Amino acid sequence: MVKDNTLGSLLLDIVVTVVLVTLAILCILPLWYTLCLSLSDKSAAAAGLVKLWPVGFNLTSYQSILGDANFFRAFWTSIQRVVLGTGAELAATLLMAYPLSKSVRQFPPRNVIMWFLVFAMLFSGGLIPWYQTMKSINMTNNIWGLVLGNSLPIFNVILMMNFFRNLPREIEEAALIDGASPWQILFQIYLPLSKPVISTVALFSMVYHWNEFFNGLVLSTRQAYYPLQTYIQQMIVVINTATLTQDQIQQLNEISNQTLNAAKIFIAMIPILLIYPLLQRYFIKGITLGSVKE
Amino acid sequence: MRLKAFYKHYWLMLLPGLLWIFIFKIIPMFGLVMAFQDFNPGKGIWGSPWVGLENFEYMFQLNDSKTIFFNTVYIAILKIIGNLIAPILVALMLNELRLNTLKRGVQTIVYLPHFMSWVILAGIMLDVFAYHGPINAIRSAFGNEPIIFFARAELFVPLVVGSDIWKEFGFNAVIYLAALTGINPELYEAAAIDGADRFQRILRITLPGISTTIILMTALSLGNVLNANFDQIFNLYNPLVYSSGDIIDTWVYRMGLLQMQYALATAVGLLKSVIGFVMIALSYVLARKFANYNIF
Repeated sequence: MVKDNTLGSLLLDIVVTVVLVTLAILCILPLWYTLCLSLSDKSAAAAGLVKLWPVGFNLTSYQSILGDANFFRAFWTSIQRVVLGTGAELAATLLMAYPLSKSVRQFPPRNVIMWFLVFAMLFSGGLIPWYQTMKSINMTNNIWGLVLGNSLPIFNVILMMNFFRNLPREIEEAALIDGASPWQILFQIYLPLSKPVISTVALFSMVYHWNEFFNGLVLSTRQAYYPLQTYIQQMIVVINTATLTQDQIQQLNEISNQTLNAAKIFIAMIPILLIYPLLQRYFIKGITLGSVKE
Repeated sequence: MRLKAFYKHYWLMLLPGLLWIFIFKIIPMFGLVMAFQDFNPGKGIWGSPWVGLENFEYMFQLNDSKTIFFNTVYIAILKIIGNLIAPILVALMLNELRLNTLKRGVQTIVYLPHFMSWVILAGIMLDVFAYHGPINAIRSAFGNEPIIFFARAELFVPLVVGSDIWKEFGFNAVIYLAALTGINPELYEAAAIDGADRFQRILRITLPGISTTIILMTALSLGNVLNANFDQIFNLYNPLVYSSGDIIDTWVYRMGLLQMQYALATAVGLLKSVIGFVMIALSYVLARKFANYNIF
């Protein structure tokens, strides 16, 4: 980069630094505040005394979560959902992307299938027909509705397919000459070369399944089947907003257990925070992968 | 030729995915016929009587329809504009930051909200904007009365649009940052030798350097005009703010799944799906025409 030492340039440096640091603080502060609330004394939180540091530091909220069987059941449901959902999506995406990465000459129906996928990606039957379908095939009140219900994310198939298409052709041609089958080419040659795109797709799926709450809400008739986000949504958000008058909202805010709710919110953030270094690396890669075209 | 022998393997590989998509995406599309029926869950799709366009006629008579359509488009367009401008500005500023450690630090933090669910963020927002919360504390430090933010219809749209931009600006900047790395550094050196100052270099080199990406993102964002973000609004709204915050998706949920008005909700959903499909298809056509974008 060119150095430039005029006054205008210096001013620009100062403004840019101040604005960006402010933005960064604005992004982290609400999360920090939640952590402070969760570690504060209940009455101090209700009185609005908590600012940027816990007031009356204690772990009561976290201790009471330890005794909350519903919370743990929901947490476990979410874990199962993430593992099964990510595994199933990854396997199906990988298997689909390979034949679609062939040219029309190598696999004539390829383009027709692609158009079908694009249509399925862009058009939707809408909520009600989807819900009726889910009910009629017994996808309510079980983990499979949560794992399979969103269908296969077609965008990921296209992402992986584009990655395969950008791999050097010569590798596959050499394997073909040696008499390799499509399965051997996919699993022994493509798979080891595709770590970045596999990581990206896996992380897309993990974040989606961890964060998704709506399917959990409409597909479960009882709390016992809720994944964690749905459980939190029902415990916190609904209680806060479903009331009708201003006075009631205010009252509920005061009696609702703000510190306990903050602790639940914070625990639900932890898995995302744990994989955040990976997310940063591979999501960004995913964006650039998606934009690389021949 | 041997390759023909591969076709059956290819189909076998496609089978699980195609089946998955067929069951959970295509079969529900057939359920859209409910929009033209007096649907009765007891009788099902095969037994319910056909009513032609009656559900649509009823829908156009409802006052709710105008409100939810207007709210959806209004919120969505404000978000589209904000989510286009904010990330460009942030990317340009990050590009001007000379301290690399600071640059990386800022980037690490501003991406974070993107990965949090709206359930979590709504929970946090309700705390931050609570009656005894920090925003009201700041307001009262300036002598203002505390207010209940989420009980005011006129504040709901700014809150929803602002928080959406807050959540996504960092992550949306990534694509512009990627484009910025593609600009040849020699251009800057040449411009400096020719006497261009920093502002001129931003205007004449940096901005033109990412113009294709800006056009691409603008074209693609057109597909979102009916997408006001269900997850966010569903977790933040309440009956007090329906007049400005109720959108097509939230209304369809309440009408269809809570009040069991299946046919009416399906009709509204169908209208949204069709318009949404046309808009996304159009956005792809534009992106292809102006930015050479191909989905496959």
